This record gives sequence, structure tokens and C-alpha cells, in this order.
Amino acid sequence: MNILAAIGRAVLAFFAQTGRLALFTFSALAACVRPPIYWYLIGQQMLRIGYFSLPVVGLTAFFTGGALALQIYVGGNRFGAEAVVPNIVVLGITRELGPVIAGLMVAGRAAAAIAAEIGTMRVTEQIDALTTLSTNPMRYLVVPRLVAAVVTMPLLVLVADAIGVFGGYVIATSSLGFNGAIYIKNTMDFMTADDVRSGVIKVAVFGFIIALMGCYNGFHSKGGAQGVGAATTNAVVTSSILILAANYFLTSILFTR
Amino acid sequence: MTAAAGVPAKVELRGVKKRFGPKIVLDGLDLAIQPGESLVVIGGSGTGKSVMIKCVLGILRPEAGQIFVDGTEVTHLTGRRRDAALGKFGMLFQGSALFDSLPVWENVAFGLIQGHGVPRTRAKEIAIDKLAKVGLGPEVAALWPSELSGGMQKRVGLARAIAAEPEIIFFDEPTTGLDPIMADVINELIVSTVKDLGVTALSITHDIASARKISNRIAMLYKGKIVWQGPTSLIDASGNPFVDQFIHGRAVGPIKMEIRG
Repeated sequence: MNILAAIGRAVLAFFAQTGRLALFTFSALAACVRPPIYWYLIGQQMLRIGYFSLPVVGLTAFFTGGALALQIYVGGNRFGAEAVVPNIVVLGITRELGPVIAGLMVAGRAAAAIAAEIGTMRVTEQIDALTTLSTNPMRYLVVPRLVAAVVTMPLLVLVADAIGVFGGYVIATSSLGFNGAIYIKNTMDFMTADDVRSGVIKVAVFGFIIALMGCYNGFHSKGGAQGVGAATTNAVVTSSILILAANYFLTSILFTR
Repeated sequence: MTAAAGVPAKVELRGVKKRFGPKIVLDGLDLAIQPGESLVVIGGSGTGKSVMIKCVLGILRPEAGQIFVDGTEVTHLTGRRRDAALGKFGMLFQGSALFDSLPVWENVAFGLIQGHGVPRTRAKEIAIDKLAKVGLGPEVAALWPSELSGGMQKRVGLARAIAAEPEIIFFDEPTTGLDPIMADVINELIVSTVKDLGVTALSITHDIASARKISNRIAMLYKGKIVWQGPTSLIDASGNPFVDQFIHGRAVGPIKMEIRG
């Protein structure tokens, strides 16, 4: 009986949480189209989420591109297909690894920062203070982060794509004996606009997930430092899982038509 | 809703109920605050004092009951009508709740800039003027909240609460965490602010010395209901065992401290 009750409580808690998240998402989207729009805050968040994530995303993209080139070379070597390295690197980076790596790195960096900042504002009553000062917290705190993440993530992934492909190029030409000019030509010949476009679409969705989960967990943090810590952890974990799940569904939609 | 001489109460709560899960916090609360009055609600920690204020401000929504401001029901207001109703209120939060991402002057001017559309340069002038009213010089305006002491943060919080010249000011535990001298300075500021601005004030506290100083009427909240209310001068002769135990800080009496909320 106790086991049944525990299962029941867990199921109810799951649906309650899902419902809260759905309502929060709806409120956030509704707030996006209602004035006032805080352009200054959107710009500030674009810097924080996009620009300041460039080093970490760039570095991870570079090493991922390099590792990918090595793996494809070793794997291709088994059946004499080493020459496909530039083709597969550009395909893998633009379609999958660029968006996913950028999404996960920004989730670790920005979702945590958003949840910690908004969570601290929640437990120190700063969000209540906003309300008493006739300022809608959704419009002031959530909308700028959502808009900034959705706008900057595609720009970030374009840079990540370029750096990832460059990482593959560096390893291929320095360690695997590829000719630089031929590598670039093969890359450019094989890459299509759809490859890049699909990555951009994916990462815009990831940006939405990152900002939403950061804001949602921050808004619902309770207690003191421990509550903010839990909100930060939840923001990173849930946004990472949702990014990987969304990646699968988006890939199914974009590439199996 | 009607006070003496037919004037509606500035703020009135009628039968307000609020619960969090199984815990009943407000249990049919009835309370009226008359225009120009300074009412202090006393009560132990976790008795629902802050919840009561948050229900009036619309931050929390009561499950039952009605809340009136100037005779108009505001219980379920949303959007611009709610913003308009909130424009009548100023609030000093327990921990000051200053925005740590903004300098002091922007904290004070926040409601003017965001809520009332006052240009930033004019809002800064007003902010510096309000800081002067709470005894802080213009050099404080450029500081960040993290650079201020607890007492200075309370003063800035008070300056922010009065910046938009509200009709009603709520003070949530205004002296908590302050040394006795700074607590008295804040009490004096509250008294002078309420008197000079002619506002209606509702304070919640468990600091009896503060309650005596800043109020002309005191109400005691216990288990979600007002168990006594009357003029401040009569609190020592209330004849109410809850009030007697509370103001004398006795462990023995009808009030049982709950360890868990």
C-alpha cells in the first residue's frame, strides 16, 4: 500500500511539475509579445549568453572537430575510405556536434547562471520587489533571457561550426597527411546550406530550452543557498536532457522527410 | 469596509484564507486599516504576517475572502488594473530586497523609471532627494547595494518605498537584524516618513519596542486570525493572554511554538 502511495505521489508530482512548466512557458511566450520590451536588457543578456560563451564553445568545438577527424580517419582506414574525413567532419559538425556541443556548453554555463541569478532574486524577495514597483517579472527577467538565447545561439553555432571544421582541418593536415587546399575544397563541395540551416534551427530551439529552464528553476527556487544550488543543478540537468531529447526529435523531423 | 464617518477603510481584508499544502496560514482573516493610521501587526514567526501583506499586494492569491483598497475590491485584479492598484503601495522588505545588479540611485528610482515612465535624469534627481530624506548623502547614490551596511540598506529600501509617493506603505520586519541604535533610527525614520507624507502604514514585526514606537494601533495575529486589536496605549492592559505572553516574551502561555511549519 505504501509503495502504491509513493508511486502515486511521484506521478502526481510529475504531472504537477509538467503543468507548472507548461503554464510558465505559456506566460513567458505571452509576455514576449506584450510591451514594454526591455531592449537594453536583451542586449545585456546577448552579451552574457552569446558573446561570453564564445571561448568555451570555440575551444570545445575545435577539439571535437579534431577528435572527429581522427576517429573518421581510423575508422575509414579499415575499408580504405580515409579520404572521406573532410566530408564527414563537416557533416558531423554542422548537423550534429556543433549544435549539440554548443547547446550543452551553454546549458552548463548560461542555464546555471540564469537559475542562480533569478533564484537568488527569488529567495531575497527581489522578484516580489519588482512586482511592488509595477514591473512584471516575466517581462523584466524572463523575456530578455529567452529572446537573447534564441537570437544568439544560432550566431554562436555558426562560429562553432567554423571552428569545429577548422579543428578537423588542423588535425587532418598536421597529423594525417591531408593536403590543405584539397581538404578545404572537399569540405566546401560537400557541405550544403541545409546542413548549416538544420543546425541553426536546432540550436535556436536549444537556446529557448536553456533560457526557459534557467528561468523556470530560478523562479521556483525555495529556501536559501541550498534552494538556489538545487535550482542551478536542476536547470543544467533538465536543460541538458531536454536538449538531447529535442535533438533527436528535430533530427527526425529535419532529416527523415 | 466602512470606517467611522462613512470613509472607506484604506485597506480591508475580509475573511481572507490562504494555505500552503496542508498548512493553513490565514484562516478567515479580518482586518481594516483606516486612512492615515499606522497599524502594526504583531505575531510570532510563521504566523502569516508576511503572507497577509503579500495577499494584499497580489503577490500571493488567497483561496477565499476579499481584499479592498479604498473601498474597491482588488482580490482578483490582473494586468493594468492591478498595476494601477499597486501604484498606491510602497513596500520596505525585511531584507531590503535591493536589486544587487543596480546602483543605489537606480534602486530608488526603479519604480519611477519602470512603473511611471519618468526620464532617467529626472528620476536620479528624485532618488537623491529621497535618499536625503532618509539621511543618506548624494555620494551613496553611486554605490552598489553590496557596499552598504544593513542599516543603510534599510534606509535605501525606505527611500525606494517612498520614491513614487505612495498612499500606503508596508513595512515588513523593518528592524530585524539591526543593532538597537540603528533599529531606533529606522523607527524614527518610519514615524517621520509616515507623518510627513501623511500615508497609511501597515507594519509587521515581532519587535515590541518597534511596534510601540511606530504604531497608533496594534493587532495580534495568531493561527491565521486576529486575536486582539486596539490602540497602542492599551496593549499593556489588553487582558488578552496571547498578547500578554507575546509582549512579555514568556515561554509559558496559550501560544505554543510550532517547531515545524
